[in-house]
Amino acid sequence: MREIETAKITQEVARMCQEANFYLGEDVIAALKKGRDNDTSDVAKQVLDQILQNAEIAATERIPLCQDTGLAVIFIDLGQDVHVTGGDLYTAIEDGIRKGYEEGYLRKSVVTQPFSARVNTKDNTPAVIHTRIVPGDQLKVTVAPKGGGSENMSRVTVLKPAQGKQGVIDYVVSVVEEAGSNPCPPIIVGVGIGGTIEQTALIAKRSLLREVGKPNPDPEVADLEAELLKRVNALGTGPQGFGGNTTALAVHVETYPAHIASMPVAVNIQCHSARHKEAVL
Amino acid sequence: MQKITSPIDMEIIEDLKAGDQVLLSGIIYTARDAAHKRMVEALDKDEKLPFDIEGQTIYYMGPSPAKPGEVIGAAGPTTSGRMDAYAPRLMEVGLRAMIGKGLRLPEVKDAMKKHKAVYMAAIGGAGALISKCIKSAEVVAYDDLGAEALRKLEVEDLPVTVINDIHGGDLYEEGKAKYKITVD
Repeated sequence: MREIETAKITQEVARMCQEANFYLGEDVIAALKKGRDNDTSDVAKQVLDQILQNAEIAATERIPLCQDTGLAVIFIDLGQDVHVTGGDLYTAIEDGIRKGYEEGYLRKSVVTQPFSARVNTKDNTPAVIHTRIVPGDQLKVTVAPKGGGSENMSRVTVLKPAQGKQGVIDYVVSVVEEAGSNPCPPIIVGVGIGGTIEQTALIAKRSLLREVGKPNPDPEVADLEAELLKRVNALGTGPQGFGGNTTALAVHVETYPAHIASMPVAVNIQCHSARHKEAVL
Repeated sequence: MQKITSPIDMEIIEDLKAGDQVLLSGIIYTARDAAHKRMVEALDKDEKLPFDIEGQTIYYMGPSPAKPGEVIGAAGPTTSGRMDAYAPRLMEVGLRAMIGKGLRLPEVKDAMKKHKAVYMAAIGGAGALISKCIKSAEVVAYDDLGAEALRKLEVEDLPVTVINDIHGGDLYEEGKAKYKITVD
């Protein structure tokens, strides 16, 4: 049994809330540069250049990449031989979010009762926390602030098994086409196939944590990713929807076994401000 | 790149075409859905708006907090479609330009033609870059809305792209059509 203090968890979450919002990942920057070099539209090249400049300014001056600093989505892998001491884990995480958002001058974007009052909680909590119990004595924490613009264009459905691969392709492409300029393209498309309705949404979200453009280790799934990326970029939407070949930087697909009757599919769209940081305690 | 000043003269509005890239300077007002709802409620009750909207520009934006000594935090556009329910009413009373990002409904585009108003896009997700173009910011109304308060901004060379002009041009449709590739 290894002990981890809640104070340490709070401190790490606070730090990662800020770092995720100020520093765009090297993998995203590389994908943006590749898009800029390869797009056939001059306007698209200019837009991608401005997005890259934005990342530089954000990092140098510690200004958020985007004013929508997100709802804090937190992924926890808790080793079963870890004992969290000094308080409870979820309170420690939310204390970290409060501290990180306040001290980092990040925007608080969470409201209560979504269908009626919609009053800002003023500290960006509660978070959305996904926890897995895993072997070992370590605690892995991932902070992934998610903006509203791209989340709003994400969709979940349940297809018929007979629709097969083509059904998945048609659905994913239609979701991206309908999203158009709204989710701030170039986007990263996270796709979940299988499981149940909540499981498919969760694996789609988790796929967004993968290094941008790194293929799924299953060759059949990797082929589907390549096919989807080609089709999504053939839509012509382009960066910011101004027209071009770089509508998406990558498509990540994760799969899970499903019920004999079902094929749930989720499309979680991530804007180019693809923010996530992780720490292993 | 064309430099224009807000409030934008009607002669310039008439000349702007979908796809034009513009550097905008002058005065613009920020409002998101919560502020739009209040403005439209005020108009419905025959009350005055918090600012004279005739000829003005509204930027759909809710900034992150300003650090000490800074004018504003990150300040990129929010998705314009959420303002579609309110925008035609504001165009009726004189709104001349909107800045945001993302698709508008057909009735909003029709209202732009009818009332001679343009819709321009700023780069979504370029909040840090755009903050550098903002020279002053003050809350004009609805302070209780926090990030969603109605603000008056002075901007200098804010890069925007015309999406919908008053002649029916639509960059989102034209750009997509130009780069669409048919896959087998």
